[in-house]
Formats: sequence, C-alpha cells, structure tokens
Amino acid sequence: MGRIQETFLDLEKLKKKALVGYIVSGDPDVSSTLNAMQLMVKGGVHVIELGIAFSDPMAEGPSIQQGHERALKNKISLQETLGLVKSFREDDDKTPIVLMGYMNTFEALGSKVFSSTAKENGVDGILIVDMPIEESVEFTEQTKKHGIDIIRLVAPTTSESRIKKICKQASGYVYYISLKGITGANSINVDEVKNKVLKLRELTELPVVIGFGIKDGSTASSVKDLADGIVVGSTLVDIMGGNKEEIEKHLSIKINDLSRALN
Amino acid sequence: MPKKDKKVPDSQGRFGAYGGVYVAETLVPALEELAQQYELIKENKEFKSEVQNDLEKFVGRPSPLYFAKRWSKQLGGAKIYLKREDLNHTGAHKINNTVGQILLAKRMGKTRIIAETGAGQHGVATATVAARHGMKCVVYMGEEDIKRQSLNVYRIKILGAEVISVNSGSKTLKDAMNEAMRDWVTNVDDTYYIIGSVAGPHPYPQIVRDFNSVVGKEVLVQSKEEIGKMPDLLVACVGGGSNAMGLFYPFLEISTTDLVGVEAGGLGLDTGKHAAPLNAGSEGVLHGMRTYLMQDDKGQIQDTHSIAAGLDYPGVGPEHAWLKDIGRANYTTANDQEALDAFKELTLVEGIMPALETAHALAYVKKKAPSMDSEQVIVVNVSGRGDKDINTVANIEGIEL
Repeated sequence: MGRIQETFLDLEKLKKKALVGYIVSGDPDVSSTLNAMQLMVKGGVHVIELGIAFSDPMAEGPSIQQGHERALKNKISLQETLGLVKSFREDDDKTPIVLMGYMNTFEALGSKVFSSTAKENGVDGILIVDMPIEESVEFTEQTKKHGIDIIRLVAPTTSESRIKKICKQASGYVYYISLKGITGANSINVDEVKNKVLKLRELTELPVVIGFGIKDGSTASSVKDLADGIVVGSTLVDIMGGNKEEIEKHLSIKINDLSRALN
Repeated sequence: MPKKDKKVPDSQGRFGAYGGVYVAETLVPALEELAQQYELIKENKEFKSEVQNDLEKFVGRPSPLYFAKRWSKQLGGAKIYLKREDLNHTGAHKINNTVGQILLAKRMGKTRIIAETGAGQHGVATATVAARHGMKCVVYMGEEDIKRQSLNVYRIKILGAEVISVNSGSKTLKDAMNEAMRDWVTNVDDTYYIIGSVAGPHPYPQIVRDFNSVVGKEVLVQSKEEIGKMPDLLVACVGGGSNAMGLFYPFLEISTTDLVGVEAGGLGLDTGKHAAPLNAGSEGVLHGMRTYLMQDDKGQIQDTHSIAAGLDYPGVGPEHAWLKDIGRANYTTANDQEALDAFKELTLVEGIMPALETAHALAYVKKKAPSMDSEQVIVVNVSGRGDKDINTVANIEGIEL
C-alpha cells in the first residue's frame, strides 16, 4: 500500500480529517523548505504538497506566485526538489509527498526520468495543474508504471459526466477546487461546495480533499465535514516569504490553529 | 502539403503534435463550450452577415493590395505588393479578430470582455469593439509594455476600457496573458476572453486564424484580379503569429506560393536576447498550448527581447509550429537594427510608415527581393501602422518628443 492510501486509511479509522499543507520547494531556499516540511509534520500536517516553481504559474494567486518567484531566484529545479524529497525521507518514511506544478517543468525532465527518480526518492503523487485528463496519457502511463499517484482536480465548473471521466483516471485522492478562481482567493461559498462535493463523493471511492481559499481555522472548520481533508497553501507560502527568523514560530502557530479546527 | 480532407485542428485542438488544451480544470468546460458554440455559430447565416457587415462598414475592408513600385525598383528584383492592414480602423490587423470574437461573445450571452495586449494594438482593437457594443472591457498589459506603448494605453482608456498593469514575471505580454487567464478562471460565468493571437488553448488558435484569414482570402482575389497571377512568396512577421496565419491560411494548398514568417531576432540569435522560438526555441507547454518556446533546459520560460512589443513573446501559435515541422512554411528572423532600417526605408520610399512588428517582415523582403526576378511577386502583410512606435524610434535616435 502506498503512503497516501495508508495515511487516509489511518485517518479514517481515527475519524480524523487530513490536513494537507502546500509550500513551494526552494522558497526561500532548499534548507528552509526541508525544515518547514519537518515542522509541518510535527505540527500535524498529514500530507505535504510541494510546489514546483514555474516562471508562469497561471493558476496561482499573488501569494503563491511570489513563492514561485522567490524559489526561482535561487534557480531551484525539479531535479533538486527530488533531491530534497530524498533528504526528507531520511527521517520520515511515512508522510506522503505530492509534487504540484505545471506541465512544462515536468516535461523538461521527461516523464520517464521523472517517474523513476521520483519513485526512488520517495515521491508519492503528482498534481500537474495544466494537465487535464485529455493531455495526460504519457504521464499517466509512466507514473502508473512506477506506482506514483496522479492527483486529479475537479472544479466547480466540472459537469457530472466529466467528473466520472476524471475519477476513473484519478488515484491517491481527488482534489476539489472550492471556488472559481486562483489559489488564495477570498470567496468560498460553503453551500456551493457542499452540493458539489456530495455529488463528487457519490462518484468516487477515493478520498476527497478541498482546497483553494482555505486560510485559517475558521474557513477550515466550515468545510472540513464535507470531505476527507483540506488543503492549505497561500497562507503557508506567505509565512515562508516573511522574516526568516520568524518562519518557525508563525508556521507552528498557523498549523496549530488549522489542526485544532480539524479535530 | 496540407490536404482539405484533413481538418486542422482536430477535435482535440491539435495541429500535428502541437496545440491542445493545457489549462486548469476550471477552464476546461468553458473551452469546450466555446469550441462547440463556435462550430455552431460560425455557420450561422445571420452571424456571418453581421461579421461581414462590420468588416466592411466598421473596419473598412477590403484593405488594398498596393504595388510598392518605387521600393520594388530600388531593390531591383521581385515586384513587391503590400497588403495594407495598416489602413484598417484602429491601424492594424488585430481588429479583424476582435469584431468577430465580440459578436461570438454576445451570442454566447457574455457581458464582460477581457483581453491581454503587448504592443497595445490588440488592446485598442478590443476596447474599440467593446465600445461599439457597449460592453464592459478590461485589458491586461505588462508594466514594461505600458511604458513603451503609452499612446495606445491612453487610447484604450479613452475607449472606456480599464487597463490593468501587470507587474509579475517579465512584465510583458506573456505575463499579461497569465493575468488575463487568472481573471477568466475567476469570472468564467459572465466573461469572454478575447485572445489576440493564434495562441492559447484550443479553440483560440483556430478562432483567431479563421477571423484573420479574411486577409489571405482578399489577397487571393486581389492577386487574381489585380496582378493576374498568384504570388510567388508571402511574407509576414510572427510574434504569436496571427497576421501571418491570416495571410497564409487560404494559401496552404497553393503549392506554388512560398510562405515565410519572420520572427524577432532582437539583438541577434547568438545573444539570447530575441523572441524567435521557431528559430531558436524548443517544444514545450505554455498558455494552454504545446508549441515551440523560448525556455531553459529546466523548462522555465525565458525573458524575450524585441524592439517590437508585439513580437516580444516567448511562444508562437501551434499552427506555425506545425507548418514549420511539415515544411509548408519557413521561418527566419530579422534583428532590431534591420527592422529599424526597413521601417525608415519604407517610410521614405513609399510614404508608408509601418509598425515595427511589420518592419521585421519588410527587412526580410529587403534581403530576399533582389534575388528574385522581376516577373515574380512578393506579397508582404503590412500588419499595422507605425504611429504607435514613434516614441520608441525617437528614443533610439536620442530625440525627446
């Protein structure tokens, strides 16, 4: 059983929700990312999504865009991130890691090289934002071969028939985008999310997590009962971009707040 | 040679290996809807006559095919004809596309229009049709481009559109496009995104090509009636590639007509400071499409440089990528200095001041025409007029206006 599946099964037994935390790999530098990952796990994050910086992150709001820009200043690469995951695995063989990014950087490395190296180094899943099911044949084949999950996105605009198609190809968990917009946007509508997620859960056996627009304990608790977990990104990336000496403190406070809201 | 029975793009929006729909899930249904609606609406009689009417009465089509007699003689080779898109309302080919897309938007029930712009010509063309139809319009423009195209920025504002300055990334056209996509994903219910080039996710490369192909269709007729033969060579500048695609498309099956697209060589291909993905780039995915890109070996998009803001883009329309690979069109470059020289030369010799973008195509004609004989015909697309570039040119000459 893979780490993602195991983590969600464990949580289900405990009747707990998954806290999925997103930060950008290499933001502001690789060692800070490694520290933050360890700190996140200690604070109660169950799944880590590592953003792969791209020069043109089309789906991101200002916070995560800046995270990508900070990481690129130090010329972070996907290859280096794979190394970072390997380092993380020296002390943690349990927490699932999902790499989240854009097609072009993954393609530059190549689906074959990426998939085999990623597996070897301890990556559990990928989420490529601009790779809808129609454009994912090659990556699906290669990642499947190596037992890496492809996390698929479902949006508020996705029709029921399309959700079915997406779920058929999904593995690991399904990521529901809680609003029409970019990461870190402001206007989550709980009723709308509820209706759509209920439908989505009818159509898949996989765990469902909700992301985009969740920034603190109170937004987290407003949607937590609808799904198996929530994703928090922009607010963590903001902390990573702040004063370096205070990252640890702010990250702990924030994750504590979110963890408590989920319990 | 492309065949009529093989429709490009295919139903997945592919031109060979290029094109496609590489966008976030939220936009997939919107693009599917657009593709479906477009297929239906474009065949609608009433729609067709509305577009036709606007092209005639609002844009001022057909644009003339002008024989550049003095310039042809001076270069001493082929006869050079200029397709005068600079004479269109708003001064460039961009309006051909926007008059069509806004009518499409209206039929789809959208009430708000957004667009990205580099040189500002597409921004002006979009703001113009939005004013004509009384629709709310927001134009995204990179901070750098706003500085060098201040005249167009002011025009857009007077037309009642809002200009939003984009200061992420390289602060140019590609970043404006990112930001427009972010707006669209947020306001997808009521907003129509008028993309200005044959770029972006399917069906945009097709839609923009189709609306611009009025240029090539007119050249077909005008060549027959006014020259008495098909051109031997068509030349157009290529940034995203909409004016080139509009000129080339109706000629794809006419094998006796060569097609040459001219990319921005900037300070020279060897300096890395250029915008010539077809000449010096590699395959990748950006802005919803698979195409040739300027990128490093890690897949990061590189900053581009061109004297012409409208060519300053790291990607290119997927149909051009395909035409290059199958060898139907050839793509070359002209650098900043060559473009500047051609800009001045056409102005002096023919009294026609071309846009700096167009000047890249003219720079190639300058080199090519003397090697051809006097019975041969070159048609070059004068994609826009040069008024907008006066500040840029004056700056280079050290003149303050």
